Amino acid sequence: MPGIFAFVEARDGEIRPVSREVVTAARSVADGLGEEVHAVVLGGAGIGDQAGSLSRYGADRIFVGADEAFTNYSVDGYARALAAFIREHGCSVVIFPASSMGKDLAPRVAARLGVDYAAECTALEVEGGTLAAVRPQYAGKVFATVRFPESPAVLSVRPNVFQPVEAEREGALETFTPERAGDFGSIVRELKAGSQEARDVSEAPVVVSGGRGLRDPENFKILEDLAGAFGNAAVGASRAVVDAGWRPHGEQVGQTGKTVSPSLYFAIGISGAIQHLAGMRTAKCIVAINKDPDAPIFKIADYGIVGDLFEVVPRLTEEIRRLG
Amino acid sequence: MNIIVCVKRVPDSEARIQLSDGKTSIDPTGVKFVLNPYDEFAIEAALKQKEAAGEGSVTVVSLGGPQSAETLRTALAMGADSAVLLKTSAENPSGLPVARALAGELGGREYDLILFGLKAIDDDQHAVGGMVAELLDIPSASAVTEFAIEDGSVRADREVEGGSEVVELSLPCALSITKGAYEPRYPSLKGIMAAKRKPLEEKEVSLGEGNETVRLAPPQERAAGRIVGEGPDAVPELIRLLREEAKVL
Repeated sequence: MPGIFAFVEARDGEIRPVSREVVTAARSVADGLGEEVHAVVLGGAGIGDQAGSLSRYGADRIFVGADEAFTNYSVDGYARALAAFIREHGCSVVIFPASSMGKDLAPRVAARLGVDYAAECTALEVEGGTLAAVRPQYAGKVFATVRFPESPAVLSVRPNVFQPVEAEREGALETFTPERAGDFGSIVRELKAGSQEARDVSEAPVVVSGGRGLRDPENFKILEDLAGAFGNAAVGASRAVVDAGWRPHGEQVGQTGKTVSPSLYFAIGISGAIQHLAGMRTAKCIVAINKDPDAPIFKIADYGIVGDLFEVVPRLTEEIRRLG
Repeated sequence: MNIIVCVKRVPDSEARIQLSDGKTSIDPTGVKFVLNPYDEFAIEAALKQKEAAGEGSVTVVSLGGPQSAETLRTALAMGADSAVLLKTSAENPSGLPVARALAGELGGREYDLILFGLKAIDDDQHAVGGMVAELLDIPSASAVTEFAIEDGSVRADREVEGGSEVVELSLPCALSITKGAYEPRYPSLKGIMAAKRKPLEEKEVSLGEGNETVRLAPPQERAAGRIVGEGPDAVPELIRLLREEAKVL
């Protein structure tokens, strides 16, 4: 049976949590098309040890390509091995996470297979045996519905959109030998900073974003405290404060930064320029804290507090800690 | 050091986007178009490399309608040496057909580096850079914030979740650049004047098929929110609403 290919992302020898969302998305497509979910992981020796748990989210078969050569990520090496696997197994749909690795890798895999690619999908629909994907464009000012005339359909899913759903399967673990030809042209030599624990603004379920209203880069400390009180939150930033050099670009939310879909988004001292709203409007719940009652951010926030953020935020941090 | 930079003309990030009548494209009326902001980083990176090497050329290539010539002139004004416009009447072509047309053009040229912006801020696909690299069979890295060339290979810093990673690539290679070490320069008056005399070659290209955009829709309207209160005293009520109404705590 042709399978729905779900890419299992591993970095530094660890399977990343976003892989559960990819398997969940693949499960929904597989159910619609009457196919199986084939989860595929590449990595060094031992990478298969953690892969078995993916059956809990609906993987029918889990393919483990463990080879020392794949310990460190190589975009061209991985693309070659995955494209060979997809061809051999006749996968009909290929799903990557729209993570840093997925976004690097998926276009190369698609081009190698001679098919197009749809990035950062936020919904996958099967109607009459045909897959359609919904994806944001213009950083969320428009949503496009895309069809895939060629097979396989290659796409990536935006983190935090397909919440992992338990759908226990047998999930037999199988090994395969990933195709490899010669040396890799690009290879990761070193992972700087960053760790499994560090929450990225694109993947965190809670995002605490600050803008010019913070007045000084050092004042972001109060947002870090609030994020710390949640435990699973990341700090985000508006373009204005990134352009001013207060925060790194990796935290920027908006059209020239990241587009995020957390369960809970705090816009603190952010007026709500159109390019920022585009980057966070798909959050499940938006809270705005701003001293200007006419700030455009209040028009799209679910809940707003008008007031001095230097008074409101510490109080909020205290209350969240108390819930702890 | 011969560097090719692929650039795109896109609506400004502050533009309001309206749909055309057919609902499969956007209405360009009144929209200001600019050089894609991520491509500015790529152009800056190319110019820095050329300056550091003390020799070589920077060629900018764009695929699009006739107005893309303006975008290329902007890149020339920043300091690129020559430009190529692959002219097409196709509206919003998809990633693969664009990548094939670009690879067809670039494959016949001599280059050490091909640079792209991380993504175009119109279709948000981040597809073309990696696809062109695959079609040309050269290594690539995306989301690069800074890179250096040492002894015939490239060391690039890539933005990843919660940090960065160092990628080593052999030359020639393709890099997609994001915001980082390359703050784009403004075209000087002298640069703008010089750009008018720099070579800009135009070629017609015909594109193949890719994924089909069935329709475009505006985002779902968010239900009107409410002001919970003023100042820190509103916090307990906010917490209650987040727990009991929104159920996100």
